[in-house]
Amino acid sequence: MEMMSGAEMVVRALKDVGVEYVFGYPGGAVLDIYDALFAQDDVKHILVRHEQAAAHMADGYARSTGKTGTVLVTSGPGATNTITGIATAYMDSIPMVVLSGQVPSQHIGEDAFQETDMVGCSRPIVKHSFLVKKAEDIPVAIAKAYYIANSGRPGPVVIDLPKDIVNIQESHPYEYPEDFSIRSYNPTEKGHNKQIKKAVEAIKAAKRPVVYAGGGALGASRKLIKLAEMLNAPVTNTLMGLGAFPGTHEQFVGMLGMHGTLEANKTMHNADCIIALGARFDDRVTNNVEKFCPYARIVHVDIDPTSISKTVNAHIPIVGAVDKVLSQFFDHLKDIDQDTQKEKLQDWWKQIRQWQSRKCLNYATASEVIKPQEVIQSLYKHTDGKAYVSSDVGQHQMFAALYYPFDKPRQWINSGGLGTMGFGLPAAMGVQFAHPDAISAVVTGDGSIQMNIQELSTCLQYNLPIKIISLNNRALGMVRQWQDMIYKGRHSHSYMESMPDFVKLAEAYGHVGMRVDHPSELDDAMARCMAIKDKLVFMDIRVDQNEHVYPMQIKFGAMDDMRLSKTERT
Amino acid sequence: MRRIISVLLENEPGALSRIVGLFSQRGFNVDSLCVTTTTDPTLSRITITTHGDDKVIEQITKQINKLVDVFKVMDLTEGSHLERELMLIKVATPNEHIRAEVKRMADIFRGNIVDVSARNYTIQLTGPSDKLDAFITTATELTDVLEAARTGVCGLSRGDKALKI
Ligand SMILES: Cc1ncc(C[n+]2csc(CCOP(=O)(O)OP(=O)(O)O)c2C)c(N)n1
Repeated sequence: MEMMSGAEMVVRALKDVGVEYVFGYPGGAVLDIYDALFAQDDVKHILVRHEQAAAHMADGYARSTGKTGTVLVTSGPGATNTITGIATAYMDSIPMVVLSGQVPSQHIGEDAFQETDMVGCSRPIVKHSFLVKKAEDIPVAIAKAYYIANSGRPGPVVIDLPKDIVNIQESHPYEYPEDFSIRSYNPTEKGHNKQIKKAVEAIKAAKRPVVYAGGGALGASRKLIKLAEMLNAPVTNTLMGLGAFPGTHEQFVGMLGMHGTLEANKTMHNADCIIALGARFDDRVTNNVEKFCPYARIVHVDIDPTSISKTVNAHIPIVGAVDKVLSQFFDHLKDIDQDTQKEKLQDWWKQIRQWQSRKCLNYATASEVIKPQEVIQSLYKHTDGKAYVSSDVGQHQMFAALYYPFDKPRQWINSGGLGTMGFGLPAAMGVQFAHPDAISAVVTGDGSIQMNIQELSTCLQYNLPIKIISLNNRALGMVRQWQDMIYKGRHSHSYMESMPDFVKLAEAYGHVGMRVDHPSELDDAMARCMAIKDKLVFMDIRVDQNEHVYPMQIKFGAMDDMRLSKTERT
Repeated sequence: MRRIISVLLENEPGALSRIVGLFSQRGFNVDSLCVTTTTDPTLSRITITTHGDDKVIEQITKQINKLVDVFKVMDLTEGSHLERELMLIKVATPNEHIRAEVKRMADIFRGNIVDVSARNYTIQLTGPSDKLDAFITTATELTDVLEAARTGVCGLSRGDKALKI
C-alpha cells in the first residue's frame, strides 16, 4: 500500500473521487493540505477572495453540471464564512462537499485560536457531516461524503479535519475504498408499483391535467418532455425547475408562483390533476394553502419523503427519483393514444390559450428610460437563448426568470430557496470553470453585486470572461417594491446614496466596464458586450427605478389571485 | 396527541445532537428523551415522547428517518406497546403521621423507599408516566415535594414486533 501524509490523503482522495476543481482559501489549519495541493496538478485549486464566494462557486459549478462542488477552507472564520453558501446549497438541494480545517484534536473544546465547532454550526444546514478523528479514516470519509452529497436528495456535506490528522510529518497507508456502504442510508429511487398504477389511472382520467416540475426534474428533462407530449398536458416549472421543460415549447405555460405567469397559476388553480415532479409546494408557490388548487387530485413524486404532504396534502404520494418514476409511468402509458388525448384536452387548451391571450408579461416601454424587462430580452437575443444565466436576488432575478425562456436544464442558476444576495457573480464563475467555452452571464442588481464584488479580482486571476448584466435602479428594488405596495411608499433604507462608479470599478479590477443609460443604446451595447469573448464585461445599465415585478400573487389569496400591474388585478 | 417515538441509530458522536437539533430547528416538541446504547454497542436507541397532530407526527418521523445516521423510526403509540419511566422523588416527612402516610402511599404505588433521613424520604417508582404524575399529585397534597428526577419514557412494542436492523 502507498504511504502518505493525512494531507496527501485528502488531495489524493479528492482526485480518486473525480474532483476537478477545489474552490478555497488557505489558513493555519489547512496549510498542510495546501502544501499537498502544491505538489500536484490533478486537482485544480481556485483561490477566491472570500470563503462565502468559494461556496457559491462550487455551487454554481454543481448546478450547471450536476456534479458535486468542492470547497476547502481553514478553521474558524474560514469555515464560518462558508455558512451562507452552505445554507444556500442546502435549501436548493445542491451537491457540495466542504472541507474545513479544524484546530488539532487535543485542543478541540479549549477555545483555541481559530476554533469554531463547524460540525455544530453547520448541522441544521447540511445533509450530513463528518469530524474525522484519524488519518486512516480520511479516504472513507471523503468517499462517503461525495456519495451522500450526490445521491438521494442531494445536499451539502461538511468534513471537518483537525490539523493533527493531516500533519505532513506522519505517514499512513492509503487505500481508496472502491466498495463501501452506509448501512443506515439507502435512498429510495424507484416508486412503489401500486402507487405508480394509481397515479397513472389518475393521469389518464384527467381532463384538466398540469405537470408542475421543480428542481428535482432537472435531471429528467427528456422524459419530462416525453410525458408532457404524450399527454398533451400543459407544463409549468418552478423558479428552481426552469429549463427542465423548454421555455419555448408550446405546451409551456411559464413559471408558477408568487411571480409566476397568470396562465401558469390559472392552469394550476383550475386543474383536476396536478402531476408534481420534484417540486415541494413551497410557500412562494402555493400562496394560501387553504385555497390551494381546490379541484385537483395531486400526484406528488419526490425523492424526499419529507417533502410529500408537508404543506399540501398529496392524494397519490410516490417516493422516488423523477427519472426512474417517469420510466415506470411509461410502462403503464403505452396504450395511450395521442389523438384521443388531444381531443380530450381540447376544452382545457382553449381555456389556457384564453388566459395566455391576456399577455401578462407585456409591459410599457418608455422612450427615455430603459425598462429592466427589455434588458433581459436583449440579453436573450444576443445570446441566442443559449447562455448560462446566473442571478442574484431581487427584482432582476424575477425579470430574468420571466423574460429569458430557458430551453435547457441547468442553464438557469439562482438561489431560489434561501434567496441569497451575493450569489450571482461567484455562481457564474463556477459555471464558467465548468463550461469554459459557453457564455456565463450574471443578471444582478446594484445591491446584490456589491455583496461579493471582491470576486472581480478572482475573475482576473483566472481570466473568466463573465458577462455581468447589472440592472442598476439605484435602489434595493424588491424591497422598494414591497414598500410601495404595503408601506405606502415609505422607502425605509431601500435606497443607496453612494453608488460606486461601476465602470471605473470594473476597470480598476482589470476588466471592461460599460455604462448604458438610454433605451436606444441598449441593443448595441449588448452586442458589443457579447462580442468581447476574452474579457469580463461589467454592464452598468441604468433602468427605471419605479418598475415593479408583475404578475404578483396577492397575499392570503389563492394561487391565481394576482396583481397584473400597479392598477390591475385578477 | 401524545406519541412515543423510538429511533434506532448509529452510536456515533454527533448523532444525538442531530436528532435533538432537528426537534428545535423544526419547532417539534420534546416532552421526554431517553438515550442509551443497545445490546449491539454500535447502535443507540432513542425514545422520544412528543405531541402534535397527525401531520406534525408524520413530519417528525419522516424528518428523523431522513437523517443519514438513522436506521429505523417507529411510533410505538401506533400499536400496543409497553412504556415505563423511573422516578426518584424526595418528599418532606416532618412528623410521624406524614412518614406513615408517605410509606403507605409508596406501597400503594408499588414504590420503594430507597433513602431515609431525619426530615425526608426518597422514593423510587417505576411505571407509565401517568402513574408517576399521579404519585406526584398525591404527594403534593400530603406534604412538600423537595425534588424529583425522572428518566423519561422508554418503551417497546408488544409481541413480535421489534426495532432492529
Ligand atoms: C443576503 C441578503 N440580504 C437581504 C436580502 C433581502 N432582499 C431581497 S431582495 C433585496 C433587494 C435587492 O436589491 P438589488 O440587488 O439591487 O436588486 P433589485 O431588486 O433592485 O433588482 C433585498 C435587500 C436578501 N435576499 N439577501
